[in-house]
Amino acid sequence: MRKYWPLSFFILPGLLMYVIFFVFPAISALGLSLTDWNGITPERNFVGLANYKEMLTNDPIFAQAFGNNIKYMLFVVFFQTLFSLIFAMMLVKNSRLNVFYRALFFLPTIIASISVAFIWIFVYDPSIGSLNTFLTKLKLDFLIQSWLGDKNIAIYSIAVVQCWAHIGQVMVIFIAGLQSIPKSLYEVARIEGATPWQTFRHVTWPLLAPSATIVVAYTTLQSFKAFDLILAMTDGGPSYATEILSLFLYHQAFNHYKFGYASATAVIFMLIVASITLLQFKILRANKVSY
Amino acid sequence: MSLPTPNLQESTHPVPSRKWPELLRHIPLVLYSLIIITPLSLVFFATFKDLSQLYTNPLGLPRSWDLANYSRLFANENMAVYFKNSMIVTFTSVFFILFFGSMISYAIIRMPKWTGAILFSFITLGMMIPTQVNMIPTYVFFAKLDLLNKHLGLIIVTVATLLPICVFILTGFMKTLPKGLIEAAMIDGASHWKIYTRLVLPLSGPALATAAIFCFVIAWNDLLYPLLFIKSAELKTLPLALLQFQGEYLTDYPMIFSGVVVASIPMVIIYTFLQKYFIAGMTAGSMKG
Repeated sequence: MRKYWPLSFFILPGLLMYVIFFVFPAISALGLSLTDWNGITPERNFVGLANYKEMLTNDPIFAQAFGNNIKYMLFVVFFQTLFSLIFAMMLVKNSRLNVFYRALFFLPTIIASISVAFIWIFVYDPSIGSLNTFLTKLKLDFLIQSWLGDKNIAIYSIAVVQCWAHIGQVMVIFIAGLQSIPKSLYEVARIEGATPWQTFRHVTWPLLAPSATIVVAYTTLQSFKAFDLILAMTDGGPSYATEILSLFLYHQAFNHYKFGYASATAVIFMLIVASITLLQFKILRANKVSY
Repeated sequence: MSLPTPNLQESTHPVPSRKWPELLRHIPLVLYSLIIITPLSLVFFATFKDLSQLYTNPLGLPRSWDLANYSRLFANENMAVYFKNSMIVTFTSVFFILFFGSMISYAIIRMPKWTGAILFSFITLGMMIPTQVNMIPTYVFFAKLDLLNKHLGLIIVTVATLLPICVFILTGFMKTLPKGLIEAAMIDGASHWKIYTRLVLPLSGPALATAAIFCFVIAWNDLLYPLLFIKSAELKTLPLALLQFQGEYLTDYPMIFSGVVVASIPMVIIYTFLQKYFIAGMTAGSMKG
């Protein structure tokens, strides 16, 4: 035991910081969610589960925000995974040109989402936006939209931006997965005369399963937690069409001063995120491949 | 498994792409490159146009490479101050994240197996907590501690939030260091501090770079906590300043974009030189729960 005690000196500063400023706030969100506190006046009353009841049964905006989260997530997970997989397969070889493509596709990931938001507000601008200007030049005027102003498409317009910003990042995870598949398996497939599709179906895809699980889980969480991009692009509008949970709880707390209510949303939000993560671990464990 | 393979001249990665004619492969790749480059360059060109030129010619090259928007930006806005604020907050945070994170990781690999595993799980569990969940309690707590509207508050919350991922990356790496080396140092009577500073830290260079870049990108680009905490104009960081340009300059795109360019340029420059570490760092980050 004696030789271990000096280690506490290594652990304490970081651990204290983490517990006091990260774990403690997370736990106190739970306490706040049981009160009707407005964040300003000192009195806060214990209201039990009233916030949760109100939110889950009687708040159409919460329901809409939740629905928007799901739409946004499904769109991003599907398209981001699909395109990053296609690009990964095209760029898996380490040639000079491929490394250049990879670096270029990755570039948007390092730009702050607030900047990405402004870039795309410009692209989507109804009058001088590049997208509508392009469409006019290509004589495709019928496709012209108010990309961020139409409440039926705004959420998807932002989802496209999320994909744009992260396809390169996800592609790199897939490339790492593809490069770890033993080459001998492909040789066997070739000798057996497998078509490219059969090779993909029976060799690449099953062995890529762990990377695919990581990608899907990461993309799910990342799109579920989206915040900066939507805040800057639409701030939840038009008429709550792009309001998502993280934005909803921010608005409830800092625009409407409903700290207790917002904390209840935060707890629900947290539960959803945690269950997605646990599900991911479970699938990952079931999917362990050996070759 | 090794089979007698008659035809081995092409043992490079034979993913189906090999079968595609080379030119066909480049069509989607070039198209997507354009989808990346076009918005970025349009924004860059817009910073050299005035508003009327932007409206008449949104897609073309600027008439002249006029720096008026940039000088307006630095004259009206304290761009240099925001830049300095971002540097202070980001560099201090990253330093402490790496310092605390590497000490904890060192302790984890040196502790008895189970204690180390428990500590590791407890800390990396933090990767599951989204920052939005913490924002309200942290705000309330920091108001009590008088840490709102201070860079110190931002630094503290950044360090606490990013510590889990740093421990995750560093512990993973330090576990792979040769055990014999550390044991030899122990037998020579080196203290933990000496082993940590003279042996483990220097050997962990690549992992430290990975973690540093990951934390740097997140901290430099963070919007949520500056938005919650910082009220004084002279304490704003770059992303927060940019967000507030939106209200101030509304559709004055050239002005807003000059800000975007100034805020992104350092990142893009470092990225072109340290690409390998950026990609490793941001990918390690996405491997988290």
